[in-house]
Amino acid sequence: MDGRSKPTLKLMIVDDSNIIRRRIERSQQIARLEVVGAASNGREAVELFRRTQPDVVTMDLTMPEMDGVECVQELVAINSNVLILVVSALADKATAVDAIEKGANGFLCKPFTDRQLNDALEELLSEA
Amino acid sequence: MLKEAEIRTFIDGATNYFEISAQQAASVGSPYLVTDGNPGAYEYTGVIGISGSRKGIVYFSAPRGMLTVLLMRMQETDTSDENIKDLVGEVANTISGNARRDFGKNFVISVPMVIAHEAEKVTAPHSRSYVIPINWRTHSAKLVVCLE
Repeated sequence: MDGRSKPTLKLMIVDDSNIIRRRIERSQQIARLEVVGAASNGREAVELFRRTQPDVVTMDLTMPEMDGVECVQELVAINSNVLILVVSALADKATAVDAIEKGANGFLCKPFTDRQLNDALEELLSEA
Repeated sequence: MLKEAEIRTFIDGATNYFEISAQQAASVGSPYLVTDGNPGAYEYTGVIGISGSRKGIVYFSAPRGMLTVLLMRMQETDTSDENIKDLVGEVANTISGNARRDFGKNFVISVPMVIAHEAEKVTAPHSRSYVIPINWRTHSAKLVVCLE
């Protein structure tokens, strides 16, 4: 151990539900993560992403304006190092595989417990 | 026309939602068929349009009291009308999205449309709908599945 703490990572939350955005912000307990913004659709997320340059993103899939899969592709095109956790109710395997193929790094199915959210984020960060 | 196993998918989705989000189980009454195109609604309704391999709607409808307590169980302190509407849409979205585990990727769901304070405006697109009664704490709600 060299005693140095790991650097803080910036988190952006994307979901069309205000309740879910607030829930993720409130429930995530990862000390290294700092929430830098939240967006309610894909288009807004791309703008916010360019402005705040987050390292980690939680991404809903079913959203107005621009859906989550399209948004994942756009974010990865801007920064291929971003870590994206898809948080969606769409529970079929094909959707999860599609999101991963488009550049997402993990998938958490709604509804979720606080523990499931934090476990999924921890697993995601182990890739950082 | 829904098969029994397909109705079970929605029952499981509803019970799973309450177990995980509210950390308190809901009980589900016997599903019944409504044939007059008017399955009824409570004060707040989240409607999901279904397209692709199946066509129709799925809606979750509940009174304010249930949704307020559900928000509080989720540690949400803002119980404004906006958040209540958000929640009823999110419940409908989650149960419908979870149904893709059984119905597959071509069971395409829309973003939620919320109808509040106008229960009489909630109608089904076809005459036949299945109503799944949901009881949680002292409250009653319903999940309505109307698919071709």
